[in-house]
Amino acid sequence: MNANGWIQLSLFVALLAAMTKPIGRYLVQVLDPDGRTWLDPLVRPLERLTYRAMGIRPDREQDWRQYARSVLILGLVGIAFTYAILRFQKHLPMNPAGLDSLPPHLAFNTAVSFVTNTDWQSYAGESTMSQFSQMVALTLHNFLSAATGMGVAAALVRGIARRGATTIGNFWVDLVRVTYYLMLPACTAFAVFLVSQGVVQNFSPNTTARLVEPTTITVEKTDASGAVVKGADGKALTEEKTIDTQTIAQGPMASQVAVKMLGTNGGGYTNANAAHPFENPTPLSNFIQMLSIFAIASGLTWYLGHATGNQAHGWAVWSAMALLFVAGTLVAWWAEAAGNPIHQALGVAAGDGNLEGKEVRFGIFSSALFATVTTDASCGAVNSMHDSFTAIGGLVPLFNMQLGEVVFGGVGAGLYGMLVFVVLAVFIAGLMVGRTPEYLGKKIGAFEVKMSMLALLATTVAILGFSAWAAASPWGIAGLNNAGPHGLSEILYAFSSAAANNGSAFAGLTASTPWYDTTLAIGMLAGRYLMIVPILALAGSLARKKAVPAGEGTFPVSGPTFVVLLIGTVVLVGALNFLPALALGPVVEHFVALQGTLR
Amino acid sequence: MNTQAPSLLDRNIVGPAVAEAFRKLDPRSMVRNPVMFVTLVGAVLTTLGIFTATAADRGFVAQLAVWLWFTVLFANFAEAVAEGRGKAQARSLRGTRVGTLARRVAPDGSVDTLNAAELRKGDVVLVAAGETIPADGDVIAGAATVDEAAITGESAPVIRESGGDRSAVTGGTRVLSDEIRIRVTANPGEGFLDRMISLVEGASRQKTPNEIALTILLAALTLVFLLVCVTLHPLGSYSGVAFAIPVLVALLVCLIPTTIGGLLGAIGIAGMDRLLRRNVLATSGRAVEAAGDVDVLLLDKTGTITLGNRQATEFLPAPGIAIERLADAAQLASLADETPEGRSIAVLAKAKFQLRGRDVAHARARFVPFTAQTRMSGVDLEGADGNATRRIRKGAAAAMRGFVDREGGGFPDAVARDVDAVARAGGTPLVVADGRDVLGVVHLKDVVKGGIRERFAQLRKMGIRTVMITGDNKLTAAAIAAEAGVDDFLAEATPEDKLALIRREQEGGRMVAMIGDGTNDAPALAQADVGVAMNTGTQAAKEAGNMVDLDSNPTKLIEIIEIGKQLLMTRGSLTTFSIANDVAKYFAIIPAMLMATFPAIGALNVMRLASPHSAILSAVIFNALVIVALIPLALRGVAYRPLGALAILRRNLLVYGLGGILVPFAGIKLIDLLLVQIHLV
Repeated sequence: MNANGWIQLSLFVALLAAMTKPIGRYLVQVLDPDGRTWLDPLVRPLERLTYRAMGIRPDREQDWRQYARSVLILGLVGIAFTYAILRFQKHLPMNPAGLDSLPPHLAFNTAVSFVTNTDWQSYAGESTMSQFSQMVALTLHNFLSAATGMGVAAALVRGIARRGATTIGNFWVDLVRVTYYLMLPACTAFAVFLVSQGVVQNFSPNTTARLVEPTTITVEKTDASGAVVKGADGKALTEEKTIDTQTIAQGPMASQVAVKMLGTNGGGYTNANAAHPFENPTPLSNFIQMLSIFAIASGLTWYLGHATGNQAHGWAVWSAMALLFVAGTLVAWWAEAAGNPIHQALGVAAGDGNLEGKEVRFGIFSSALFATVTTDASCGAVNSMHDSFTAIGGLVPLFNMQLGEVVFGGVGAGLYGMLVFVVLAVFIAGLMVGRTPEYLGKKIGAFEVKMSMLALLATTVAILGFSAWAAASPWGIAGLNNAGPHGLSEILYAFSSAAANNGSAFAGLTASTPWYDTTLAIGMLAGRYLMIVPILALAGSLARKKAVPAGEGTFPVSGPTFVVLLIGTVVLVGALNFLPALALGPVVEHFVALQGTLR
Repeated sequence: MNTQAPSLLDRNIVGPAVAEAFRKLDPRSMVRNPVMFVTLVGAVLTTLGIFTATAADRGFVAQLAVWLWFTVLFANFAEAVAEGRGKAQARSLRGTRVGTLARRVAPDGSVDTLNAAELRKGDVVLVAAGETIPADGDVIAGAATVDEAAITGESAPVIRESGGDRSAVTGGTRVLSDEIRIRVTANPGEGFLDRMISLVEGASRQKTPNEIALTILLAALTLVFLLVCVTLHPLGSYSGVAFAIPVLVALLVCLIPTTIGGLLGAIGIAGMDRLLRRNVLATSGRAVEAAGDVDVLLLDKTGTITLGNRQATEFLPAPGIAIERLADAAQLASLADETPEGRSIAVLAKAKFQLRGRDVAHARARFVPFTAQTRMSGVDLEGADGNATRRIRKGAAAAMRGFVDREGGGFPDAVARDVDAVARAGGTPLVVADGRDVLGVVHLKDVVKGGIRERFAQLRKMGIRTVMITGDNKLTAAAIAAEAGVDDFLAEATPEDKLALIRREQEGGRMVAMIGDGTNDAPALAQADVGVAMNTGTQAAKEAGNMVDLDSNPTKLIEIIEIGKQLLMTRGSLTTFSIANDVAKYFAIIPAMLMATFPAIGALNVMRLASPHSAILSAVIFNALVIVALIPLALRGVAYRPLGALAILRRNLLVYGLGGILVPFAGIKLIDLLLVQIHLV
C-alpha cells in the first residue's frame, strides 16, 4: 500500500464528489419530461419524431402497473430480438470473420445477459460475435438496459417525492429521454476521448501479426476428422506445435467501451475486456474509465436529493455508498498488496504482493480499485483476473455483488437497490424514535415492507439456490477448473454476478454449458425483473401516500447517524445471508492458505 | 388509581403463565407467529434427531433439543405473563360489578329486580342512594352524586345528571345521594372494560398495522435464513462437510429473529396494560399505536392548561356599595366553602382588606352548600338582636338574578355590565348578594398550571404541536396561550370549528389527538386519530372516541402519547437488538461447524469457545435465555425521554444496535465457560 495508491484513491473520491452535482443537475432535466437541456435544439425534434413514430403520448403518465408492464414488454421483445439475431448470425451481414451462429443456450444466455444489463459473456467476443451482432444485437441493449434502470430509479424517486399521486412517470418517455439526452451524447463524447487515448474504432477484419519470438506449445494430437488420437495405453497422444502468428482483434471498440462503462454494462468487445490494450490503453484511460462507471450512479443521488427536496438526504445516501466503496477498496488493496501467503512462505516475490492475473501496466492498486468499482456498480468490466486475486481480495468483489450492488451500483439499479435498504433501515430504526416509521414523511406500512423484502429475496434465492444446486450436481461440478474452496468461490461468484446483473466472471469456471447458460440466465432474469416489479409497486404505493411535514419528531434521513444506520442495514440485512456460504469459500481458503496449503 | 405494576415474579401471574406457555404450543396458535413456528418445527426435528444421532452426539443433540423447546416456551411464557398482568389489572377494575342487583323499570312503570348480568341495552333502571349502578348507561332523569372511586380511585363524589355533558355513568360505581333513572347503553360483556379485557387476551387480540408490518419483515428474514441453512447442506457436501440436521437447525434458530419474534406479542399487550394502569381504557391496539404518531394535540383550556378551578383576583362592587362590604360578604359566603374557588375568595379578601376568617361556626350561622339545582352557595346569619336573618349568596349571574328577584330586589345594570366585562376578559363573574342587595361581582380568573409550560416545551422537542381550544374570545385566549406556551389556539371554538380544525390538520398529513367530554365533542372525537373521552363525559363522547380516561384528567393525553411512543420504541429497539445479535452467533457457530474439516478456520473462533459442541450449544442457550432476560424490558418498555428524534435514535442505536452486536459475545462466552465447568459438553 504505497503513496501512489493513496493519492489515486483520494483523487478518485474527490473527483467523484465534484462531478456528482453537475451530473445530478443534468439528470434532473433529463428525467423531467418537460426538462430543458442545451441539447434541446438538436434533439427535441428527434424526440418528438420518435414519440410520434412509436405512438407514445408523452403527456400521459403511467401508474406502477402500466410502468412495470412496459418494462417487461421491452425486456421480452429485446430478448426475442437478440436471440433471433444471434441464432441467425451466419446469415446476417457485417461478419468479415465468417463466424457461425450461436447455439440456442448461448444465444438465450447472451440475449438475457445484455437485456438485463448484466453482460455476462459465456464466450470470447472477438471469436464469437460478428460486428453486426456486437453493434445491433448487443450494443442496442447497452443503451436500452441502462435507460431502463434509470427509468425505474426515476419512477421510484418520483414515488417517494410525489404526494397523493397515482402515476410515477411514463416509461417510454424516460427510455427515450435517457437514451437521447444522456446516453448517446455522453457515450459519443467519451468514445472520442477514448480514441484520443488509443482505443481503436474501425470496421477492419482482424489483423494477423507475425510473432517476434515464436513459441512452442504441446497440444493433443488430432486426426483429419478432428478426433483426438489415442495411443496404445488409451491416453491421448500429444505433439509439439509452433505458434508464430497472433490474431489481433479489430472493430468499433471505443464506442462499445464508452457505453459499457457509462451504462455499467461491462460487456467487453474483447474477451480480455479492460485488460486488453486496445480497450484500455493508458493509465489515464484506466482512471477515467473507472470514474465513468460511477459517474451516473453518483449523479442519481443528487437527483434523489433534488426531487425529494432534501439534498442532505441525497448526500447521506452518497456518503454511505462512498464509505462502503472506500472500505471495500482498502480491503482488496491490502489483501493484494500483502500477496499470497503460500508464495511468501516459499520466498517467491514476497515483497511485490499478488501480481498474478494482473496487468503490470496497472499494478496492484489500480487492479484492486478497478475490481472494487466494477462490482460495487453492476458494471462487470475487468482489467485483471478476479480469479487470481487472493482469497480476501476476491472476497471483496464477491461481497460487493452479494450486497446487491448498491454501492453506487448500476445506473439506476444501484439507486433503487439502495433505496430498498433505506426503506428497511427507516422501518427498523424508525420505530426506535417512537413513531410508526416514516420515510420522508411517508408511512412505511406492511405493503412497503413486503415489497422491499421481496426485492431483496429475489437475488438471495437466485444466488444461494443455484449455487447450492451447482455444488451438488454433476453439471455444476463439471464446469469447475479448480477444486477445493476456490472452486466453490467460482460457483458463488458466477451466480452472484448473474443475479446481481454484474457480468464480471471469476473465470476458472467453464460456464458455456447448457446447464450453466440456462441457470445463469434465469438468475439474471430473477435479479433484474423480480426486483424491478416489487420496486415499482413500492413506488406506486409511496406515490399515493400523503406526507407528514418534517418536524423535531421526524426520523432523520440525513446526517452521520443515518449514514451509519444505512451502512449497518446494508451490511447486516444484505450480507448476513451470505456469510455461511462465504465461509465455505473464500474465508476458508484464506485461513487454509495462511497455513500454507490450498485445501 | 395509579396502581403499581405487579411484581414480575407475582406468583398469581407467573404460575398460570407457565401453564399457559405449554398450552400455547398448539400449532394452530403458533402459526400466527412465523418466527416461533419455525423454531417449533426446528425443536421437533431436533427431538427426532436424538434417535438418529450417533451415541457420541446423542447427549449434545438432546441438550440442543431441550433448549430449542425452551426457546419456544420462553416466548410463549413472555406473552402469557403480559396477558396475565393485563387480565389481572382489568379484573381488579371489573371486580365490583359481580353480583349487582338491578331494579328495572318496565315501559308501563312497574319495577322488577334482576341480576345486572341480565340487563340488555335499552333497559331503564332505577338506582337510589347507597346502590351500585349495574351497567354503563346514561342518566335520563334526576341528578345524583356518584362515588366513582371504584374505577377512578378519586374519593370525591361527582355529580351525574340527566341532559348535558355529565350524564354518563359507569357500571360498578355507587350512588351517594338522590335517585336517578339510567338507560343502559351496553350489553353485559360489551362495556369498555370488557372490550379492554379482550384486547389483552390472546385469542381475540387483533394485530395492529405496525405489528403486521413488523411480522412481515420478521417472516421474510426467517425465510431468508431458512434458505441460508437449507442451501448450506449441499454447499457443505461439495466441501466435504456433512452438516448434521440438528446443527443446521441450531444455526437457523440462532439466526432468525427469535428475540423480537418471541416478545412481539408481549410488547403489544404490555402497552395496553400500561395504559390500563394509568386508568385509560383503549378500544383498540391501533389507537395506542396511533398515539405514538400524534403530531398535533388539541387541548381544552380548562382543566388542562389552566387549573380547572378559577381563582378570585378582583372585587367589583355594585354602584353605591363599598368595596369592603362586598369583600366582607363574599368572604362570609365562602368561609365554609371548601372548593378552591371559595377558598381563593377568602384568601383574596384577607390579602386585600385584612379581613380575617372569623369564627362563624356558631349556632346562628347556617351554611347553604352548592347544589346542582340551586347553583349557588352561601350562608344564612341569624340576626343577633332579633334582626332579620342575613341571607348572603354567591353564584353565577343567572342564578343570582333569580335569587334577588325572589328576595324582592333588582339586578343593577352596572353589575350586569361588570359581569359581561369579566366574561369578555376570559374570567368567570361571580355575583354576590346580601338578601335583596346585589353587592357586586367577584372576578374569578384562569390560572395557568405550574409546569405546563415546560411540558409543552418537551412536546415541541418531540415534534408535537399543541393547540389550545377554548370558548373564550380571541384576546383572552391569546393571553392564556402566550402564558402557557402553546403553539396555537382556537378561540370561541364551536364543535364545528373543532371538527374543521382536525380535518384541516389531517389533510396536511398530520395525526391529531384530542380529549373531550361533551356530546358536542363526539364528532371531533370520532374524527381525531386519537380521541380520548373523559369518563365524566357522555356516552356519545365515549362511543365516538377510541379511548376513555377513567380519571377524566385532560393532561392524561400527554401520558397516552408517551405510552404509544414507548410501545413503538420497544419494538424497534428489540428488532435492532435481535438482528445485531446475529453477528456474534455467526462467530460462535460457523467456526464450530467447519472446524472438523478445516481446522484452520479456528482462527475465526474469536471467543475461544471450548469445543464445537459447546460453541453451538452456548449460542442456542444464549438465544433462549435472552428472551427471558428481556421479558422485563418488553413489559416495562424502553425508557422514554422527551427528546428530539435524532437524540433518541442515537441513544437507542448505541444501546440496542451496538449493544446488540457486543452483548452476545460476552454472553455466549460466559455460557460456554459455565458449560465446560459443569461438564455438560
